[in-house]
Amino acid sequence: MNNSFLELRDVAIALDGKRLLEIDCRVGPGEVLTVMGPSGSGKSSLLSYIAGFLAPAFQASGNVVVNGNEITALPAERRRIGLLFQDPLLFPHLSIAGNLRFAVPKQSNDKNRLIQQGLADIGLSGFDDRDPGTLSGGQRSRVALLRLLLSTPNAVLLDEPFSKLDTQLRQEIRTLVFDRLRASGLPTILVTHDQADADAASGRIHTLS
Amino acid sequence: MLRWASHSLIFLLAAPILLGTFIASLPAFGYFPPLGGDQFSLDAWRQLFEVPGITQSVAISLASGVLTPLIALALVFLYLASATGSNLDLWIRRLVSPLLSFPHAAAAFGLAFLIAPSGLLSRLLSPGLTGWERPPDLLIVNDTWGLSLLLGLIVKEVPFLLLMSLAALPQLQPGPRIEVARSLGYRPTLAWLKVVAPGLYPLIRLPVIAVIVFASATVDVALILGPTLPPTLSVRVLAWFNDPDLSFRFVAAAGALLQLGTSLLAVSIWLLLEKSFALLWRFWLSAGGRNIGEGTAFVIGRSAMPTVLLVIAGSLVALLINAFSGPWRFPSSLPSSWTLQHWTNSFQDLMTPLSNTLVISVCSTVIALALVVATLESEQLSDRKLSTPVWLLYLPLLIPQLVFLFGIIVLTEFAAWQASMSLVIFGHLLFVIPYVFLSLSEAYRQLDPRWSQVASTLGASQFKSFWRIRMPLLLAPCLTAVAIGMAISISLFLPTQLLGAGRITTITSEAVALTSGASRNLISVWAIVQLSLPMLGFLAALFIPKFVWRNRIGMQEAR
Repeated sequence: MNNSFLELRDVAIALDGKRLLEIDCRVGPGEVLTVMGPSGSGKSSLLSYIAGFLAPAFQASGNVVVNGNEITALPAERRRIGLLFQDPLLFPHLSIAGNLRFAVPKQSNDKNRLIQQGLADIGLSGFDDRDPGTLSGGQRSRVALLRLLLSTPNAVLLDEPFSKLDTQLRQEIRTLVFDRLRASGLPTILVTHDQADADAASGRIHTLS
Repeated sequence: MLRWASHSLIFLLAAPILLGTFIASLPAFGYFPPLGGDQFSLDAWRQLFEVPGITQSVAISLASGVLTPLIALALVFLYLASATGSNLDLWIRRLVSPLLSFPHAAAAFGLAFLIAPSGLLSRLLSPGLTGWERPPDLLIVNDTWGLSLLLGLIVKEVPFLLLMSLAALPQLQPGPRIEVARSLGYRPTLAWLKVVAPGLYPLIRLPVIAVIVFASATVDVALILGPTLPPTLSVRVLAWFNDPDLSFRFVAAAGALLQLGTSLLAVSIWLLLEKSFALLWRFWLSAGGRNIGEGTAFVIGRSAMPTVLLVIAGSLVALLINAFSGPWRFPSSLPSSWTLQHWTNSFQDLMTPLSNTLVISVCSTVIALALVVATLESEQLSDRKLSTPVWLLYLPLLIPQLVFLFGIIVLTEFAAWQASMSLVIFGHLLFVIPYVFLSLSEAYRQLDPRWSQVASTLGASQFKSFWRIRMPLLLAPCLTAVAIGMAISISLFLPTQLLGAGRITTITSEAVALTSGASRNLISVWAIVQLSLPMLGFLAALFIPKFVWRNRIGMQEAR
């Protein structure tokens, strides 16, 4: 159980001198903050800024703070911020276990047990050696979530991760993701333009114009 | 570290070429202390212009420099205009890369054995169609006007320009353009020529200029197919350079500068042609003709590429027959018996050049790949798109090899360095880097940035994400780049010949040296070895990823 909290202090992002967004907020353990806005409102840029790979064309200011530690200056790989994209983005050249092992921190012992346990938890026992290309859309999303959790992040960003799933699957994956994130006590920022996502997240909503 | 690599890449290309070109001009004006030239003078130039037939040599170099790109480009454009999207096109696209790997020298030999008076073509037609009972006394190969040289260059450059065009076309989105034109009533071939060609040309301008420079200054193709009385300027410069009488070095230097001037003149003529074509096109476009010329353009375009392919295939067959033929009386189409004797005879001689070829091509390609990947990596990490100017990469192709290699030799002689393997590898590197860069950069820049981002958010360092994610995902393009780099190195003649001072021999340098005097059978054996090496490389680049990723569906779709 993680007890992290994520703070955005006076974060502002501009492109070519034009202000895209401003946000100042604190997301507690297990809480989901939903950021909504039309396309072009800078939702994805906000996530890029927090995760640490905003393109240099943007001008950004403000601080990203996790558990009281300023991380704005750290490179992406040292921020311990997990990110789920619209696509599961399982590395196509690695097996399922290879994808998961890539995420497990170096110092953790008994990586295999962690991976076996994780696969069992998402109902994919015995999928270790499978080629990601042979999995269904829902299975891939679940592996992507597990991969993120195994990397032991301190906070999680969701970039419309359900938008490419069909309606039935979307409901199922949404529930799984929010349940697991809440259970892990991870502060989460969800970016979406789907009201149903916001409802399922059942947290505060920040609307961008 | 990475920044350092990208700077050293720029330095490695620019410094020797610009410095070499400058230094080559010193002996041309009499200054070359190692040979006692310590004062500036114009003697070398006077001597150069007194050489009999020098004007004709320059004229032929100039003519091949202008006509080769003109005809090759016309064929490529007419082909693309008439065949885009057809079955023929699918076929040709698959063949174009392996065709490009056909070394110049091997292609030239094959062509010579195909079209010579006693060559395959004449045998197929004789005596039935021609009535020839013995080889006619015609000067076809090495003809005075350089027509067979021109043919050889066109056949070699058409695949190159086609590949460059195919690579550039997608950014123009030719599909919608043509649909619009056709909905306005333009016939398809004319539509392509009127709305796609003017957009495509600027994108392949640098490769076209590289063709001009190559065609006006080639040595190996001219040695094999070019005129002999007098030979092209480039061949004469090489002969002066290799003359045992070292005082000829001064004339050779002046000749190298004249070569540079000739190539520049060919480029200037081309620029004038560009202007007149632009004007012509503007009239043609505003005239608004929708049908006139469609038929002719279609027929020429559709037959152009199969003809070129047929010539290349014929050359290959001519080489194969000659390499295995026993006695072969003239008008018979095939030898009376077959033999492996030419191979067993050459086996011993092939060994050293073969191992040199492999060492040089592997070393130069590995170094080039490391520098290019490091440069592209640093470009990626710093988010500076196109940090390496494209014209710089073309520099070794835009200045005649002869000129700056000559300068590098002069430099090594000033410094009293010996010809060595490392010097030859360095020379090859200058030509391998551009091709490795051009072939890899597109794949590198198009790799979805989210792969690296996912890796970072999972806590992977740049180092880990490079080796575990980016390199495996780019395995296929990297291997293709290696195959291209090695093919280029294997086909190089002049850098080996000049920087190795004739002491370091490769398959190509030996094969070209056989031009004077060796039998067709022997030459064919060498040419086949020369052309199968790059072929093997391309096959490996094709099948290794297929094998490695045989259990990875996502990696099959990607390439």
